[in-house]
Order: sequence, then C-alpha cells, then structure tokens
Amino acid sequence: MNIIEFYARNAREAIGLLGQHLVLVGISTLVAAAIGMPLGVALTRRPRWRGAVLGLANVFQTIPSLALFGFLIPLPFIGGIGARTAIVALVVYALLPIIRNTYTGITGVDPAVREAGLGMGMRDRELLWLVELPLSAPVILAGVRIATVVGVGTATIAAAIGAGGLGVYIFRGVATVNDTLILAGALPAALLALLADAGLGLVERRLRRT
Amino acid sequence: MSAPVLELRAVSYARPGVGREAVSGVSFALDAGETLALLGRSGSGKTTTLKLVNRLLEPTRGEVWLNGRRTADLEVTALRRGIGYVIQEIGLFPHFTVSANVGLVPRLEHWPAARALARVRELLTLVGLDPDTFAGRYPHQLSGGQRQRVGVARALAADPPLLLLDEPFGALDPVTRAELQREFRALEGKLGKAMAFVTHDVREALLVGTRIGLMQDGRLVFLGTPDEFRASAHPECRAFLAA
Repeated sequence: MNIIEFYARNAREAIGLLGQHLVLVGISTLVAAAIGMPLGVALTRRPRWRGAVLGLANVFQTIPSLALFGFLIPLPFIGGIGARTAIVALVVYALLPIIRNTYTGITGVDPAVREAGLGMGMRDRELLWLVELPLSAPVILAGVRIATVVGVGTATIAAAIGAGGLGVYIFRGVATVNDTLILAGALPAALLALLADAGLGLVERRLRRT
Repeated sequence: MSAPVLELRAVSYARPGVGREAVSGVSFALDAGETLALLGRSGSGKTTTLKLVNRLLEPTRGEVWLNGRRTADLEVTALRRGIGYVIQEIGLFPHFTVSANVGLVPRLEHWPAARALARVRELLTLVGLDPDTFAGRYPHQLSGGQRQRVGVARALAADPPLLLLDEPFGALDPVTRAELQREFRALEGKLGKAMAFVTHDVREALLVGTRIGLMQDGRLVFLGTPDEFRASAHPECRAFLAA
C-alpha cells in the first residue's frame, strides 16, 4: 500500500491528527511567545539576570525531548498523559529561541537611536514600544519562527505520551515496521515545518523592509 | 535681571569607577538668542558637557540651572522634552516617517493631532523642506542634508527655549555642510533661542557661535566672542586657528 492509498483510506483520521498537531504547535508557540517576549524584554532591563535565565532555558533545550515528555508525566497539575503535558514540554523548548532573540534584538538596536529617544524625553516604556520593539521586530519574529519550526518536529514525539498529532503514525509505523505509516506521519510534519518557515520568513522580510 | 536660559556652575563629571574627570569644573551662562559653540578636539568633553545638560549623564559635582531652576530638581523626562536635542544623522528614528520624527515630542506630550500636524508642517517649511513632498518619507529616503534638516525641525517641535546640537552637520559633505551652516545662521536670528552647538570644526564654530567655548581635557579653557577667540594667545586657541 502506498502513501496516497493510505491517505485515501484514512483521510478522516489523518486530518484529525494534522489538526491535533497544529493545535499542539500553535498553542505551545503562542504560550512560549507570551512568556518569552516579556522575559526577554525584562532581561534587557535587568542584565544581571541574563546569565541565569538564558542558562536555564539553554539547559531545558538540552534535555532530550522524549526524556522531557517522560519526566513530565508524573508531575501534578502540568503532568499526566495527554495534550496538556505535551504543550508544557513544547513551551519549554520554544522558550529559548524566543527569549534569546527578544533579548539580542532589543540590545542590538543602535545605541544612538536609543539615546536620541531618551534625549528627547521618552520614558522607558515609550522607548520600548515606540523604538526598541518596532526596530527589533524582525529579530524577535525570527526567534518565533525557529521555535515554530522546531516545535513542529518535536511535537511528533508528543504522541509517545498520548497527546496525538502526526507522531501517532510515526510511532505506529516504527512499532509495526511499516515505512508507509512512518512516512504518512513524517511527510506532512516536514511539509508543515517548511510551510511555517516560509510563511513566517515572509512576514519577517516584510518587517525588515520598513 | 532675569536668569539666563542655561547656566552651568562648576560642573564636573567622572565616569563611574574612573578617577579622571571627563568634564572638569565647567561654568558658563547662556541667554536667549545666544549660541555657544563648544569647540574642542575629540575626547575633550564637549559631547559629555551637552549630556550633562539634559541629564543623559548626571554631574558628579556642580549644578546645572535651566531658566532659574536646578535641573536636578526637575523630572527628567519633562526636562528633556523642554530641551531640543539634535545629534548626528543617526538620531532620526528609521521606522518613523519624517512627519512622525518631527512630531515625536508633541506626540509624547499628547497634543491634539491637528495641532501636531500643523506644527510639523510649519517646522518643515521653516527648515526648507516642502511638507507635501517630505512629510511621508522615511529617513533612508532622504539625503544627509535633508535628514539633518529634519533633525533640527524635530528639536524645535515643542518650541523649547534651549537647543543642544551635537555636531549636527558632522556627517555631511563639505558643500551641503556649508549650505546648512549658512541657513542655520539665518535661523538662529529668527528663532532667538539659547543654543549650545558642539563642533570640532573651528570655522563652523566661528560661523554659528555668538560665543566660543574652547574645551581641552575636560576643561573650558577659553570663553569669549569670536573676535576675542581670534585674538587669544591661549595655545589651544592658536592651535585651532592654525589648523
């Protein structure tokens, strides 16, 4: 049975898994952005915390994803079997590029432009919203893009703890030594990653132009 | 007699952790209609002196007075919004249109949009830029000279009594530079503001300054009219005049 036949026969299930996958990646990236961007901004204001926060995010990044999913299962509230646990793990992975790019984007703003803003009487908040964030937006978005692309791949492992997504086909295929099944999960995941990369890259370039 | 617009009283500044003072015991007073050209070599403390006025740096000793009030007693953003600040061309916000750049302080001060817009158009006209042509452009779409005009217009937006100019024409080609210097001189008379103009170019200082303040190693070693400057026997004055 080739992959096209497979999809034809299992269209409903495949679309469902794709949907789960999109939800896993979408929610986790949004949550990571909601945490990571303010954290990155905070680091630019409190550079002393930079080492600790980036270091911690870095350590999270190095935990093998399958192990992290496993570690989370026994935890109360955020753990257990299912999508919620998977989203927590995906958020942890997505944080580093978002925090780091927010921090480097803002600290990369031309000091002369920042000083001009201060010299004209901008308060810190005004400087942030009117100058620093708009000028660093492409770099921050690049962080979100990296987080999304990595998230699409990592989310396939979420199937291991019953969170669904395209990983279901991959794990099932590995267990039954069925290449078609593995491809049925891996191919759309790869396409999804490419699509997300291209789409966010487009937005990023548009931001860079202005 | 009314207080001068700007007065520095024995102002010194040393970077934290550095013993040597970058600015040392500088005193001068500036009235409306006066332009003090702060002249000096690189690293002589000219720019630092300007930043001590708008509190981008805080004096380690001495006091700065603006219109009879100590700047240290004023709220820092209010102080800065009341002082026009012109820096080299990089000071324009690259993501703001000309109109948004010029209208920045009015926007921060929450002026009604119509009033801010009218002010922007008035100022662009004043600095020789046609508002209809330039208001919607971005800084990268302007020539160096046009950018500098926008910088001057922006500093004038809230009609501040004092203007600080930090080598405003430093990055321009000689022809444009001479053109802007001439126009600036005409503008000085029209505006009647107190100005502190930092430059390392002695000809520029003599052209735009009603007085010259010469800085050397953080000290104000000469303060006087352009004629007194030309006649001065101070070695640093001679060095600049011979250059």
